[in-house]
Amino acid sequence: MKLTLYIWRQKNAKSKGFMEKHQLDGVSEDMSFLEMLDVLNEQLIHEGKEPVAFDHDCREGICGTCSLTINGTPHGPEAATTCCQLHMRKFKDGDSIYIEPFRAKAFPVIKDLISDRSALDRIIQAGGFISVNTNQAQDANALPVSKEKADLAMDAAACIGCGACIAACPNASSMLFVAAKVSQFALLPQGQPERKRRVLSMVEQMHQEGFGACTNIYECEAVCPKQVSVRFIAQMNREYMGAYMKNEE
Amino acid sequence: MLDAKIPSGPIQDKWDKHRFELKLVNAANKRKYKVLVVGTGLAGASAAASLAELGYVVEAFTYNDSPRRAHSISAQGGINAAKNYTNDGDSIWRLFYDTLKGGDFRAREANVYRLAQLSNNIIDQCVAQGVPFAREYGGLLANRSFGGAQVSRTFYARGQTGQQLLLGAYSALSRAVGKKQVKMHTRKEMLDLVVIDGKARGIVTRDLVSGKIESHWGDAVILATGGYGNIFFLSTNALACNVTSIYRAYKKGAYFANPCFTQIHPTCIPVSGDHQSKLTLMSESLRNDGRIWVPKNKGDKRPPNEIPEEERDYYLERKYPSYGNLSPRDISSRSAKEVCDDGRGVSSTGYGVYLDFEDAIKRLGQKEIEARYGNLFEMYERIIGEDPYTTPMMIYPASHYTMGGLWVDYNLMSTIPGLHVLGEANFSDHGANRLGASALMQGLADGYFVIPYTIGDYFARNSFDKIDEEHEEFKKVEKAETEKINKMLSIKGKKTPTEFHRELGKVMWENCGMGRNESGLKKALELVPQIREEFWQNLTITGEADDLNIVLEKALRVADFLEFAEIMLWDALERKESCGGHFREEYQYPDGEAKRDDENFAHVAVWEYTGQENKPKRHIESLVFENVELAVRSYK
Repeated sequence: MKLTLYIWRQKNAKSKGFMEKHQLDGVSEDMSFLEMLDVLNEQLIHEGKEPVAFDHDCREGICGTCSLTINGTPHGPEAATTCCQLHMRKFKDGDSIYIEPFRAKAFPVIKDLISDRSALDRIIQAGGFISVNTNQAQDANALPVSKEKADLAMDAAACIGCGACIAACPNASSMLFVAAKVSQFALLPQGQPERKRRVLSMVEQMHQEGFGACTNIYECEAVCPKQVSVRFIAQMNREYMGAYMKNEE
Repeated sequence: MLDAKIPSGPIQDKWDKHRFELKLVNAANKRKYKVLVVGTGLAGASAAASLAELGYVVEAFTYNDSPRRAHSISAQGGINAAKNYTNDGDSIWRLFYDTLKGGDFRAREANVYRLAQLSNNIIDQCVAQGVPFAREYGGLLANRSFGGAQVSRTFYARGQTGQQLLLGAYSALSRAVGKKQVKMHTRKEMLDLVVIDGKARGIVTRDLVSGKIESHWGDAVILATGGYGNIFFLSTNALACNVTSIYRAYKKGAYFANPCFTQIHPTCIPVSGDHQSKLTLMSESLRNDGRIWVPKNKGDKRPPNEIPEEERDYYLERKYPSYGNLSPRDISSRSAKEVCDDGRGVSSTGYGVYLDFEDAIKRLGQKEIEARYGNLFEMYERIIGEDPYTTPMMIYPASHYTMGGLWVDYNLMSTIPGLHVLGEANFSDHGANRLGASALMQGLADGYFVIPYTIGDYFARNSFDKIDEEHEEFKKVEKAETEKINKMLSIKGKKTPTEFHRELGKVMWENCGMGRNESGLKKALELVPQIREEFWQNLTITGEADDLNIVLEKALRVADFLEFAEIMLWDALERKESCGGHFREEYQYPDGEAKRDDENFAHVAVWEYTGQENKPKRHIESLVFENVELAVRSYK
């Protein structure tokens, strides 16, 4: 396949970025999208030019590191698939492909296609945990959890923290990400003691980081590679209202 | 001279007795000690969180943008524990025995027993953290079976157990970071260890965004930096996984144990071309219903559905009639290589075998197969673009895990005082072959339940001079690293770091992969230094040192792989027996079974660095088996 690539280049956080055009020949349909970029990068290095910097690691769709906006869609055209698992057979010979970083005010670009998503870590640090020190646990079977609730908690916990939901949202809202964590713990008995405090602190941090609010557009769910459902946003809203009204602190 | 510090007494009392004998650090004094934790996967994150909870000052380092990205996240199957919730006869003793036998009797009894004991605490801890393990309708935890065991003792969270356990440890770590008990350094890669007055006292890192070389001092250093499976270039590891931290520690005096013990997993998606950057693992469970075969005739290029039954060779069923397609990992992997080397492999490269579900679909119906393996079939289709319900899957073995690692004693301390090594980065618990669902168990046991006790003993028994980053030793290492980087940038040759890595990987895979022999290993020992020499003469790196530079990052990692490769080869050459993942072709029974040599090799091979130009020195730690009888593995 022969492709025309338009790729976002940006020297660093302070400089201005631009789209750079590249022609790439000999792309095999068996390549993953990132392997296609590897090929381009090897060519660029041989030409003495700086390769395109992009984030990636496991390349099997679970670590959440890869973060490309492909033709305007975070992770690209294939549903429920991270861009590391996207393969070139989804494209045609002669295609033009536009590649940009995940964009949001709270995700400043560091270089080329790499953006800084540490805001998500800070939201977890604010309350995305159950406070149990090592060796404080009781026997694992002491608290039964109904299968339905455990399965639902797992649906929420499947979030890989990639931030595609935020990049897709016109408001750059991180509600799906936060809601997934809030709901996972709200569904489990172990999460009850800190249930109110957790949702209040995580939402507070989310605002401080500069993420927008949800206006029910559902772009987040549409691009989520793990198909985390917007129903968790509804659950978080209920959790938040309940906690806000009955704030005991 | 190698003192493993294994406590005396009956095996089931050793850890209790040892914990009593370990010296303690008073609660108010813990904040006077600073621990550096390198790597934030299961072992590193759990250690950092647990030590912070105790009151130590902790700094943690990862080269990823977040601790949640560590490669522990990719583990699929599950985590073993001796809970015996299924009432099927499991016990700590049985988990201990299965793990030791699975490792082909090349691990330490005392360590493995402790691991089995701690397995139960891990499950308790993870459930309390909110890890959504699979449950039965009654609300209690579900279990499944896994290879190498006859009991159901594996706890799981769908096919994402590693992810859920890592996120549990990450949440504990995040809580500590939020409380300012842990200082988290992201996008910082360790370049070297700093040893002062014989003790590990710090590390030098490179900030992957600014390129800045920085020093960090501590009173102890913990390496939890994973394995070196990427030495083969293609592996199931994440792309950034590398050997640098443990290799640099080795060069500073930490001994390296059993480097040739690497695990090759039989069911991975085969290579499709030169562009390939990694290999994806498909759960071993597929072998329960899939039948593995290749054409009987060499060079048979017909599509699989046109090859009649009598022209197919179901080689595992033929060679191992009682275990068939469920033969153990090492045997299945080697057999696949044999038939492909014989010219009967499939896929565009000739290095693949079929895993065929046609009979299973006929027997059970497509619906049942979908229920059992639906997500795996989907993943396969996404990568290969073929529907495995109608066309047989293609699989091939790939490098997956490394049992070898830095030598540690019972306290998880290396031969450098103060340098502790956890998880896949150490060598201690899996012998020559790791059983499925045991990697997660070991990483978390080391981090949550071993190091918090043993590190206190180290602090209590030693005194520490006050130092900081201005110490001359830090300046010396910073200077050496800066010079090395400048040297790399100044070569301006013609080959990229990836090209050198691919070349090294090919040599290692062909000569030190699934099958090894004396002449191949000796040939590789000649080839590796040649590649290394060319690397330092013909490398090209674009960009600057003081910038985010992905080419330089890669070059620094490849440079260490190019040196480390030789210890692996020496170890494979001098271990003149076949055991677990180490198969020396000269040492096999006439039927192709691995021939272990307990008389001469029931020991850990421990390598000491003796200078760049010299062959490393081989020491041994004899393995003493007081509680089990060494048995021959047979799967006929």
